[in-house]
Amino acid sequence: MTAKGVAISTTGPMLRRKSSSDDRAMRLFVLVIGVYLIVALAFPLYAMLSKSTLDSKGGFVGLENYLAYFNTPSLVYSIQNSLFIGFVTTSITVTIAFVLAYALTRSRMPGKAVFKTVAMIPILVPSLLPGIALIYLFGRQGLINELLFGHDIYGPIGIVIAEVFFTLPHALIIIITALSIADARLYEAATALRAGSARIFFTVTLPGVRYGLISAAFVVFTLSVTDFGAPKVIGGDFNVLATDIYKQVIGQQNFEMGAVVSVVLLIPAGLAFVVDRIVQKKQIALLSARAVPLEPSPDKKFDNLMLVYSIVVSIFIVGILGVCQFAALVKFYPYNLSLGLSNYQFDLMDGGGWASYFNSIEMASYTAVFGTILVFSGAYLVEKGQGLGPIRGTFQLLAMLPMAIPGLVLGLAYIFFFNSPSNPLNFLYHTMAILVISTITHFYTVSHLTATTALKQMDAQFESVAASLKQPFYRTFLRVTVPVCTPAILDISIYLFVNAMTTVSAVVFLYSPHTTLASVAVLNMDDAGDIAPAAAMGMMIFYTAAGVKILHYLLSRGVESRTQAWRVSVAK
Amino acid sequence: MSEAFLKIENLTKNFGQFTALRDISLEVFEGEFVCFLGPSGCGKTTLLRAIAGLDIQSQGSIAQAGADISVLPPSERDFGIVFQSYALFPNLTVEKNVAYGLESRRSRRNEVSRRVEELLMLVDLSDQTKKYPAQLSGGQQQRVALARALATAPGLLLLDEPLSALDAKVRAHLRMEIKGLQRRLAVTTIMVTHDQEEALTMADRIVVMNHGVIEQIGTPEEIYASPASEFVAEFIGTMNFISARTASAGQCACEGVPLDVDTENMSEGRPVRLAIRPEDVELHLGDESGSNNETLGVVESLEYLGAFVRVTLNLELWKTRLQADVSTGEAHRLSLEPGASVSVTLPAEKIRLYSLDS
Ligand SMILES: Nc1ncnc2c1ncn2[C@@H]1O[C@H](COP(=O)(O)OP(=O)(O)OP(=O)(O)O)[C@@H](O)[C@H]1O
Ligand SMILES: [Mg+2]
Repeated sequence: MTAKGVAISTTGPMLRRKSSSDDRAMRLFVLVIGVYLIVALAFPLYAMLSKSTLDSKGGFVGLENYLAYFNTPSLVYSIQNSLFIGFVTTSITVTIAFVLAYALTRSRMPGKAVFKTVAMIPILVPSLLPGIALIYLFGRQGLINELLFGHDIYGPIGIVIAEVFFTLPHALIIIITALSIADARLYEAATALRAGSARIFFTVTLPGVRYGLISAAFVVFTLSVTDFGAPKVIGGDFNVLATDIYKQVIGQQNFEMGAVVSVVLLIPAGLAFVVDRIVQKKQIALLSARAVPLEPSPDKKFDNLMLVYSIVVSIFIVGILGVCQFAALVKFYPYNLSLGLSNYQFDLMDGGGWASYFNSIEMASYTAVFGTILVFSGAYLVEKGQGLGPIRGTFQLLAMLPMAIPGLVLGLAYIFFFNSPSNPLNFLYHTMAILVISTITHFYTVSHLTATTALKQMDAQFESVAASLKQPFYRTFLRVTVPVCTPAILDISIYLFVNAMTTVSAVVFLYSPHTTLASVAVLNMDDAGDIAPAAAMGMMIFYTAAGVKILHYLLSRGVESRTQAWRVSVAK
Repeated sequence: MSEAFLKIENLTKNFGQFTALRDISLEVFEGEFVCFLGPSGCGKTTLLRAIAGLDIQSQGSIAQAGADISVLPPSERDFGIVFQSYALFPNLTVEKNVAYGLESRRSRRNEVSRRVEELLMLVDLSDQTKKYPAQLSGGQQQRVALARALATAPGLLLLDEPLSALDAKVRAHLRMEIKGLQRRLAVTTIMVTHDQEEALTMADRIVVMNHGVIEQIGTPEEIYASPASEFVAEFIGTMNFISARTASAGQCACEGVPLDVDTENMSEGRPVRLAIRPEDVELHLGDESGSNNETLGVVESLEYLGAFVRVTLNLELWKTRLQADVSTGEAHRLSLEPGASVSVTLPAEKIRLYSLDS
């Protein structure tokens, strides 16, 4: 037994496992979904990049378009404007969201659930809607326009207020998460060391949520720089990158310049995306190290302060929504203030009428159904598939990419790619399908991350056990994975549905006369000066999205109670 | 013996630069219960996963029932497996979990339910069929996992630390149960464990592993009585070690003092470690024989362990400390107490010798 050291070095080639029929099937499916992402994302982006180097006749001109762009002061000025909107919105939103998140996690004020729900309302409406409300409040004939002391709501002020409304829920979710992973023991230690509450705030609380704050800042920045709805409605002459793209494409039919502006817009969005990815990783590292959750102790004065603050924020949000509802119901503002449903007679206006609304429902349903199947299956396959090697990495990258691509840019890229006569997929252009494809792709990343998180929480050995029992993978997928992940699957489908209802940017270049959508109708009616019907259509989107959310809530509750026998509430 | 049921030859597994298993060769016979035993990280799970085809080896071959299965995917091999986490499907009842591998094999429904019933009877869970895994205790979950793995009557049963998540009492009980079941079904079984007691009580043969190599293969008796390496000697049971150097044939020098021991033809002057189990150390009153292996020890402490007493002694002659096990009665007769002197004999035939320089 002293032969321990004489290992025979059999340095032959590394053995490779023979693939099973499961392996082959899974690889095939990964390939199918990978090809989807390449066709729906990589190719169009490439088409857009190359378009930006062509002249209007299709000849290659190198960077000439970019030179032309940077030599047009009116266009370059938009970069500054976009960044200005981004920075101002980010500082305001993150501050408001931080204090609200603090109130929701660190105080014992009453009504937290209500305040949190109210703060989520902006997710349920298109970003055009706050702009419309601002026109009614502060426009030339606005209800309270004297509060602006002569300033014009059309322009940066309007855009920033609308963007704050639009971005608040996104920042709030991130900061609440960051605040709720705080370790109570740190606070106990600080208190034991007799640190004052201000000192604790600056030495314990703020450092603890720094990654959350950074992450929220980048998300808000990206959203507000790339958003198109608010500046379109309330921007007036204040041009930003997103509206420039729209104007170049729709107004001037200058697709090449539209492509150039898109590439310019990709830069801040892409940078923010990279930084956010890095920060998210650190945040996750903090999360896994979590310890004793913090229980806020009662403090009458503080709790009351937080309550007042939360009420003020809620009034802002509900107020914006309420004004829209008011606008939708008033017969002819400001001359006839009697209420009625005449503004809901969409068939009398431009924008596609009620058909737009039903098209939206149809489009959102397809997006939810096909998107969920696609995203969840894709996440499952890359998570559980054997021997995928580099395919897995490529797939993950493609799945993360949509987050960095503004909707308008994606939409424009689709025009270039799918409308090209030489593309065999050309038949998709101007169909419902292309709207669904662009929406799924636009919202792919968050859905993919939700699915991946849920899948990672499953026992990694389920697939091994199933293989040892000689069961095909799809059986385990359908009988175990899908039922166990039902809550996440519901989340994904609702997320896709609501966003498909509210998005403008991903679809505004792609709809056709037969496939007009509610959100686009809001835009077009507003454009045509029919602001009240635009508000009414916006409210239709809100009712629908809110209804679906409530349905989701009831459904989740139902699933929870039906499956609580096996859902792991067991203390082990 | 007949041809081995499972034959592993020159198996190596690398994770990048790191070699988790190095040149493993091993045979398992039909109906045998084999334990892979070793400290954490020694490669037990890696070897088990290679046998299952879940994580294929970098080099080397595996044959089962005469067929080369080296590169087959798990679904084309013949084994049942129980993981440490059990991996029970949480949304399926006990009976559905057990039936999981039986359905869709074109077997009739009442056949399946008869088989499930039989299996649940076997693991003593007939009254829990409609429950979900989360509603069972750890030990019950473990038995469901076992029943599920056995359902398809696999030729090989693989168990990865199946008992480690359970508390001591349940563990001791399940040990006997699994062993009894294995014997009744005569299913060839490989169990991974880092618990030596588990291995010693359950296994027909034990494979002791360390740092990705096999240190020794043998029955529990062989492993305990004649550990093949210093590692095994130290890892299994309790062992006293004394540093020494080989002297003339049949003798070692410890602190310059000669000691009789079988030197196995080793050349003179080699550094060695002498090993003797506490129960092999003999204590008696008075200096009787004057043999090389006898000296006077001073009792340092006594530890009562039920039927016997573990005595820690200080041996002035070899400048070493030693543990000896004596029955409670013997300890009384020798009037052992801290500070007392007693004669200590290390019988030459009970001393094992490990060369230090290999
Ligand atoms: N996928 C992997 N990649 C890299 N190294 C690995 C991987 N799996 C295992 N190892 C390494 O191989 C060695 C053996 O691991 P293995 O899981 O087989 O140990 P083990 O004997 O089962 O230990 P334990 O008793 O802790 O379960 C360890 O050092 C481990 O870190
Ligand atoms: Mg292990």
